[in-house]
Amino acid sequence: MNNKTLFIIAAISFGLAFIASVTIYKSQNTSSIANDALPALERINAPVKGRKNAKVTIVEFFDPACGTCSQFYPLVNNLVKKHRGKVKVEMRYAPLHKGSEDVVKMLEAAHMQGLFWPALELLFANQQSWVDHHVSNPQSALAGIKTLPLDHQQLESDWQSSKVSKIISQDILDGQTLKVRATPQFFVNGKPLVVFGYQELVDLVEEAIAEVY
Amino acid sequence: MNNKTSVSPTARSWYLLFFIWIIATSGTLISLFFSEVMQVPICALCWYQRIALYPLVIMLPLALFPYDAKIIRYISPLIMIGWFTALFHVLVVSGLIPESVQPCIKGIPCSETHVNLFGLLNIPIMSLITFTIIGVLLFLSQKTFTENNHE
Repeated sequence: MNNKTLFIIAAISFGLAFIASVTIYKSQNTSSIANDALPALERINAPVKGRKNAKVTIVEFFDPACGTCSQFYPLVNNLVKKHRGKVKVEMRYAPLHKGSEDVVKMLEAAHMQGLFWPALELLFANQQSWVDHHVSNPQSALAGIKTLPLDHQQLESDWQSSKVSKIISQDILDGQTLKVRATPQFFVNGKPLVVFGYQELVDLVEEAIAEVY
Repeated sequence: MNNKTSVSPTARSWYLLFFIWIIATSGTLISLFFSEVMQVPICALCWYQRIALYPLVIMLPLALFPYDAKIIRYISPLIMIGWFTALFHVLVVSGLIPESVQPCIKGIPCSETHVNLFGLLNIPIMSLITFTIIGVLLFLSQKTFTENNHE
């Protein structure tokens, strides 16, 4: 075989291999999640905002240290407010930043005292004081949460308990099942937000409302 | 000319360059697959590495037909830039070099990785491995060529 033939064969193989991979990937990747992954989407006792019987559920996988999650927080709130009674948002933990695993444990401990939302709001509002270069500082976060009117001793023992640790591991596992690679990741009635953006999320929610109401 | 092997040094150097082209093209297609098909976000550091890698796909074939050893000199700066950027990127990801704070919504932080193969291979590490292999092959290619000229 001479060099030219070798090169041409290699170039053609590259072209074919690329086209084949794209075709295979596209055929496997649809805009809804696989049926066997659906049970991973929601968890009983996960923090929820909005009416319980709302037919449209936004599931948000989030990291309290993520800046984009913090910027989306008021936007998602607006969505729940705007479609009062029809839309609820369920929060799932996806501690992708270093150190965040402990911080979400603290959030879950605050949730056990019914203060998930105030604690989250507080952490988002003061991100710069406990997140440094994308690394969470759990002790600073804890100090912030402690400014809320909650039982400090209970909080301390809860966040380090195996019960909370199990909940967090479950959320992390579910995030992996659902291929959550970045935060925030949204699912609206089981459909993932494919192209990331606020308007895209609004469209997805309105589409879901139109479907069920 | 070495009579013991049937492959002459020039041919050996050609094959090394050809192999570099294979690696560069694979890297190019894989990175395009990640960004264009899987829609993995691309951070600034990834772009600098792409700038160093993509031209090889076009430049190397021009030096393969006909064989032109000058290409080794022309592409070596690109490989060096790519290698150092990849090294820097790996250090940023591992947290050894802190990245200045930037909002996630506008820019894409280079310290977050999106693809993880086998739990340890992320894109910057793949890039560093690629540039390292290319660098070694280029060095071998240069060596083979120089030896050939001295004989």
